[in-house]
Amino acid sequence: MIRRMKFLRNYLDKIKPNFEKGGKLEKLHSVFTGFESFLFVPAHTTRSGAHIRDAADMKRTMIVVVLALVPALLFGMYNAGYQHFLATGALAGAGFWQLFLYGFLKVLPMIVVSYAVGLSIEFAVAQIKGHEINEGFLVSGLLIPMIMPVEAPLWMIGLSTAFAVIIGKEIFGGTGMNIWNPALLARAFFFFSYPSMISGDAVWIAGKPDAFSGATPLAEAAVGNPLPDTATLFWGLIPGSIGETSTFCILLGALLLLATGIASWKIMLSVFAGGYLTALLIGSLLPADNVYAHVDALQHLLIGGFAFGAVFMATDPVTSAQTGKGKFIYGLLVGVMAIVIRTLNPGYPEGMMLAILLMNTFAPLIDWFVVQGNINRRLKRIKATS
Amino acid sequence: MSKVITLKKGLDIHLNGVAEKRAGDAEKAVFYAVKPVDFRLIPKLSVKAGDAVKAGDVLFTDKANPAIRFTSPVSGTVESVNRGERRKMLEVVVKASPEIEYVDFGRADVNTLSREELTERMLESGVWPLLIQRPYGIIADPGVTPKAVFVSAFDSSPLAPDFDFILKGEEKALQAGIDCLKKLCGKEVNLGVKAGTAADSVFLKLKNTVVTRFKGPHPAGNTGVQINHLNPINKGEFVWTINIQDLVILGRLFTEGRYDARKTIALTGSEVSAPAYYHTLSGAQISSLTEGKLKNRVHQRIISGNVLTGQKVPADNFLGFYANQITVIPEGDYSEFLGWAMPGFGKFSATKLFPSFLCPKKSYSLDANYHGEARAFVVSGQYDKVFPMDILPVYLLKAALAGDIDKMEQLGIYEVLPEDMALCEFVCTSKTPVQQILGDGIDLMIKETN
Repeated sequence: MIRRMKFLRNYLDKIKPNFEKGGKLEKLHSVFTGFESFLFVPAHTTRSGAHIRDAADMKRTMIVVVLALVPALLFGMYNAGYQHFLATGALAGAGFWQLFLYGFLKVLPMIVVSYAVGLSIEFAVAQIKGHEINEGFLVSGLLIPMIMPVEAPLWMIGLSTAFAVIIGKEIFGGTGMNIWNPALLARAFFFFSYPSMISGDAVWIAGKPDAFSGATPLAEAAVGNPLPDTATLFWGLIPGSIGETSTFCILLGALLLLATGIASWKIMLSVFAGGYLTALLIGSLLPADNVYAHVDALQHLLIGGFAFGAVFMATDPVTSAQTGKGKFIYGLLVGVMAIVIRTLNPGYPEGMMLAILLMNTFAPLIDWFVVQGNINRRLKRIKATS
Repeated sequence: MSKVITLKKGLDIHLNGVAEKRAGDAEKAVFYAVKPVDFRLIPKLSVKAGDAVKAGDVLFTDKANPAIRFTSPVSGTVESVNRGERRKMLEVVVKASPEIEYVDFGRADVNTLSREELTERMLESGVWPLLIQRPYGIIADPGVTPKAVFVSAFDSSPLAPDFDFILKGEEKALQAGIDCLKKLCGKEVNLGVKAGTAADSVFLKLKNTVVTRFKGPHPAGNTGVQINHLNPINKGEFVWTINIQDLVILGRLFTEGRYDARKTIALTGSEVSAPAYYHTLSGAQISSLTEGKLKNRVHQRIISGNVLTGQKVPADNFLGFYANQITVIPEGDYSEFLGWAMPGFGKFSATKLFPSFLCPKKSYSLDANYHGEARAFVVSGQYDKVFPMDILPVYLLKAALAGDIDKMEQLGIYEVLPEDMALCEFVCTSKTPVQQILGDGIDLMIKETN
């Protein structure tokens, strides 16, 4: 294995001097090392501390998260085609591959734009700061298109991505230092800058004729219209952001994340628990004229971005709480806030994005209390002995 | 029945090259050395090249506390004083005479000596530095009376020597050592043994001890972990510890009346042809143990100690003062095509990102490759799984990185040594130099609080 790619290794070693200090392509140093370490795990060996190291690194971790996103992504592509052909009335005549290909061609440019914009900025910043390229954007770059409506203009996606990467991440010091989830920050930027392009009923179905109602179940629920049955919501052939509709596919990803231990089960479980319990409580407390509050608690978890947010975004280890107890509190509050925002605000039917961003902001505070608890236990011990 | 403490957190790393339970004599080394770099101190040299010394004669002292002496493990002539960058003293090398002549410190019954007399003898003979003081893992301060003494009778780290095997027949010296510790501290000695230790074990026959059994994965054998679970160190408190094999050397000072630094070293690791135990002396040149015993390959790494906490040393270097083990592993300086994407059979990971979790009993021949590059902290909760103390490891490390001594104190810096967090370093996806950061934090604490 190691030998097999020797010619490639030799080639890289040959062109490497061009990218070093003083070489003619010095300005592309970060790009070169980024690609080099992508192709070959470096020959570095340990110099201080433990001599042996775990085989897992950041690339391995991030690539598994990308894998976990694949079921929801592929389904999202198919669903984009399905919704288009359903809206135009041509569904009966269209085959599986026709639907998928339509969606694929719709979604692919969005992914390309997100990666191209984000990675360019990452490379440029790495070059300026003399850092190495971080793998974090491999995940963010895929998440961004998956939480956008299929009709979102490409330039808006590009602009939102740039905002999220620069303002959300790089100014704090890059991956690992950011306060808010970069992908959600991109969506928040989009949402507040171009609200008409990410709400209402015109943007969720590609090439939708005006006569067809394209409202998401979320929007229907908010105004008291009947929802599709629970099974339809679970499988996900409904309008919505590209990756969020199929709870089934999201749970497939969740399974991989939990089995590999990358995502915290504490957060995931408590987000769902918080959401479910709040939906039950609000349903029983609010008067009947708040129709949204009386949506079945389980359906609350299936519609909109709740499941996607709980599995892929609330669990972001950098922006969530980092202490064991803190994760439960953080997750629970994400679930609670998502349902509270949904049902108690008259303007907009979704609450998950704002709930997670809000709790991202408070995660350090939650951790502070947990850390303080640890400190107090230690202080109490001194008192007990003296 | 003694108390049993079960630890759930931690990680056993199974490596190839466990020492077979057979002990032979190592080649007699020509050169021996005491290395000031094994201790946190500035040395003051007491000899010069060419001086004749006996085993037990002083080579150098601690500049800050001249009573603490470091003595020669053999008799012979001082060969050289090797220095490194900025004339930092690295090692004082002694060329051994054919037969060892000892300085006679006089046999004595520990129980008849006073605490002062014990201390005096230990300092004079050079066994005192075997006593480690926590916080900070420094040489014990003779002016302090510790609140407790802890000895761990087992090492749980990868490929660790089996002390039950090594110390068979050393009961008398062990008991003398224990009695000495009891007198120094005024209390019975806490002895941590592995759960399931056979009833005929040398350790269970020792008197003046309080035995606690520890069950669970590494670092269950670390004294730091055992102290944390039994009698955690608070601000202003001191605890002394000593390696169980060093306890024998301490005991011999009284049973034999001399500094007899004989040790049994486990030669382990996947690059050793026939891993086994060897009798040698403290400070012996490593090549005397390894020559002709390693697999015939280049790119090997010799470690004085274990793979998690030991020092990388060239073969012409010397056994560390506290070492019980030499480990030899492949260097691993190869670049691997798409290594992060391949299934990775034969690689070991504590995560479930590699197939290694499917066969938890399998042994591996791990090398010193980083398996990735350093990154900022990203994955959370990783350290907690391998760190069985009520301390928040990442927050403590961040306090150390920030140089915040108040925060370090609040978060438990007194209770840990780098070795206790070595597994955190092993599992870290971001390849954070955990032991280095913690060691720097401890250095800062010593500097700022003294």
